[in-house]
Amino acid sequence: MTADDGSYRRPFWTIERRDGVVGLLFVAPQLVGIVLFVLVPLALVFWYSLHEWNVLANTFTFKGAANYRKLLEDPTLPEVLGATALFSAGLVVLNLGLALALALLVNQKLRGIVVFRTLFFSPVVVSLVAWTIVWGFLLQANGTINGFLGALGIEGPNWLRHPTTAMISVVVVQVFKNVGLNMVLFLAALQGVPNELYEAARVDGAPRFKQFRRITLPLISPTILLTSIITVVGSLQVFAQIAVLTQGGPGVSTTVLVYYLYQQAFQFHLFGYGSTLAILLFVIVLTLTVLQWQMRRRLVFYEN
Amino acid sequence: MKTELSPRLKLVLYGLLCVLAVPFVFPTWWMVTSSMKPVSDIFAFPPALIPTTYDFSSYADVFRLQPFARQYFNSAYIAAVVTAGTMLVASFSGYAFARIRFPGHNALFLVVLTGLLIPSEVTIVPLFRMFLKWGMINTHWPLILVPIFGAPSVFATFVMRQFFIALPGELEEAARVDGLSRLKIFWTIALPLARPALAAVAIFTFLHSWNLYLEPVVYLSNPSVFTLPQALTQYVDAYGGPMWNIQLAAATLTALPVLLVFIVAQKHFVEGLAHTGLKG
Repeated sequence: MTADDGSYRRPFWTIERRDGVVGLLFVAPQLVGIVLFVLVPLALVFWYSLHEWNVLANTFTFKGAANYRKLLEDPTLPEVLGATALFSAGLVVLNLGLALALALLVNQKLRGIVVFRTLFFSPVVVSLVAWTIVWGFLLQANGTINGFLGALGIEGPNWLRHPTTAMISVVVVQVFKNVGLNMVLFLAALQGVPNELYEAARVDGAPRFKQFRRITLPLISPTILLTSIITVVGSLQVFAQIAVLTQGGPGVSTTVLVYYLYQQAFQFHLFGYGSTLAILLFVIVLTLTVLQWQMRRRLVFYEN
Repeated sequence: MKTELSPRLKLVLYGLLCVLAVPFVFPTWWMVTSSMKPVSDIFAFPPALIPTTYDFSSYADVFRLQPFARQYFNSAYIAAVVTAGTMLVASFSGYAFARIRFPGHNALFLVVLTGLLIPSEVTIVPLFRMFLKWGMINTHWPLILVPIFGAPSVFATFVMRQFFIALPGELEEAARVDGLSRLKIFWTIALPLARPALAAVAIFTFLHSWNLYLEPVVYLSNPSVFTLPQALTQYVDAYGGPMWNIQLAAATLTALPVLLVFIVAQKHFVEGLAHTGLKG
């Protein structure tokens, strides 16, 4: 299709042009959605944090930095941030540790191991609120868990009514719910490690622990990074478990930032302050994600 | 790590696996069996792993106290629409970002990726005001529109893009030489090959919609439009204490169908999720 006599004109709709239009059309629904449901609301949440919106009176008044001053002076906020940090740290450490341990276990050559894989994964598909309700039932003062402890001669606490045990409870309930997902991702990574590497290490007489540290860990480090980012961000979004198990209590011991945001905005109708808390949440998520991404260069091993 | 294990080690591992499985299996088992026991039996110790007397009255109460069948339908149809819609939106945009060099594709991909960085909790207040202005409070529109087009679908787009990037280009090249349009190539060649990625997207999206809790609590206040997670927590007595047997029955009805589907199709679940570009 070369023009050799000058009379040939390139058609307007070249493949490139057509591709350009088709490509834009293909991504258009998502782009419009992101602008409408993510970027515009993100800009608005900054705007709202400078205002107070009264739903009942339908007034929207400019307050300047008042909500940010309130943020700095809020006597509850340090406790809320403490609870958030405790929850996230506990969840991430327990979740990733247990997920890796389970993945190593179900990667063993054992008959019927698929059954265990399925069992460990099954809570992932159980409705979140259903799972939380059952645990709330098990953790009652006269519930099954204390029944078992009593049979062992231990007097169990009223799990959800003491600050420390309530925090432990919400973390553990959430770990068992979703650890199967990370287990499966780790398992896929483990199965991607070439067997020859282990064989070579065995020939050299490297003990199992050293094989794990020098071969397994570096080769699955990209997966560890990815799962830790997903788990950290997910841990900051926990809401249903808190709402169902403890309502943030006792006191504010399990009031994590998202739950506090919900209370301020939708229970006390302080939408301006709720928006300010949303900004804080956004800054925290952004900072943690960027930090983890930065650590990638130091901690993650890439084959190429 | 792939050496043959000694019989003794095998025994230890089986023991360990069985003990570890308890907190994963027991709650579900307990939910199902307790929901069929008379109220007086559910706090009995030692717990009866299989009910000694069956009492299904709590199941009747589930439907008597709330429009539970309606709420069940709400959750099911919302999850179905969101799953289908997300698969469509994400495969179109995932394909375009992977295979088509259109103007600004890199910049636009970054715009889409911001959805991963901004948790939906951050934008819930402006979204609430937006849907209030649009008259969509106490309707299902917020639970349908935002997941399909907003932040939650970005993860799906990412999974689809990773899949299409890895797809060999020869098939498409041949089709292009034959003069097939992009839409035809996408629909008849690329998309059918993407079945594993689509399966993973479907599972993730369905579970996300089925579990959604903050959004329904914020947008819905009328029991007839409630979704299941929200409805489950409404079975409380006059003092606000949970009516355990009824909550457990409703929880069983909510959890069991999905669990059964999972057990039947578990191979696709686990492998689908593990092999979709999530390996980093």
